[in-house]
Amino acid sequence: MTIKPTHGSALVAGLLFGVGLGYAQMIDPQKVLRFLDLAGPWDPTLAFVMGGAVLVTLISFRWVLGRPRPLLDSQFYLPTRHHLDRPLLIGAALFGIGWGIGGYCPGPAIAALGLGSPNPAVFLLAMVAGSLTYRWLRDR
Amino acid sequence: MVTDWWYGLLGGGLIGLSATLLLAGNGRIAGVSGIVNGALGLTRAEIWRWFFIGGLIGGGLLYEYGLAARPTPSYGFSPFTMVLAGFLVGFGTRMGGGCTSGHGVCGLGLLSRRSLVAVITFMTTGFITVFVTRHLLGLGLT
Repeated sequence: MTIKPTHGSALVAGLLFGVGLGYAQMIDPQKVLRFLDLAGPWDPTLAFVMGGAVLVTLISFRWVLGRPRPLLDSQFYLPTRHHLDRPLLIGAALFGIGWGIGGYCPGPAIAALGLGSPNPAVFLLAMVAGSLTYRWLRDR
Repeated sequence: MVTDWWYGLLGGGLIGLSATLLLAGNGRIAGVSGIVNGALGLTRAEIWRWFFIGGLIGGGLLYEYGLAARPTPSYGFSPFTMVLAGFLVGFGTRMGGGCTSGHGVCGLGLLSRRSLVAVITFMTTGFITVFVTRHLLGLGLT
């Protein structure tokens, strides 16, 4: 395997993401569930996390995509679908149910892998199984 | 509580910075579910995805054991809850083409209508699910 500059930038991006999820406390699933619990003692922290992240991307993505190409690759790889469809709605709805049951979404579950609990690892194995199951049903 | 909000803003800012770096450097969207799905393809061109995933694990460790003011609480092992939650998250994010990071952090930054609809949808079902589990069924994560 040849180590390329894109590998280094992906590693640094992952590190920043993981530390960010730590400060955001999204690696604590109960913190996430307290945000989703509107009828309980609501904890709005996650709104600040999402707000802070989107504030940055709203400004920076405009600037980045104004350039002809990324620094380390020949092209930008952007989403190609733009219309609303049934899989988007059903998929997002199912994802939200799973998020509300376990308090983990994919990023925090990965960032919490090294914290000593077996929960994130079990969650991630099931997540991969769910993803492969959807692909199998779709391609059948 | 208010301290948590500031740390939330800081954490969110770092996540936004991470997404900026990945787009500016690699031309890629920092959507974790998509990165994982692509990593499972395991072709040579997809090696960068494993570096991102490795960084994500390392970032969690760096925070917990180097930067955190207090340890992140841990909970009992709940295999059934995790399997059910994980399966729905994996199935749903593959079907809907993204999760909190891809549709939320990046999609909203791109002003994508699909992502806005996805975020509203998964937030809504997340709110409803927690209302049902905590207040109608009286369950907690155990």
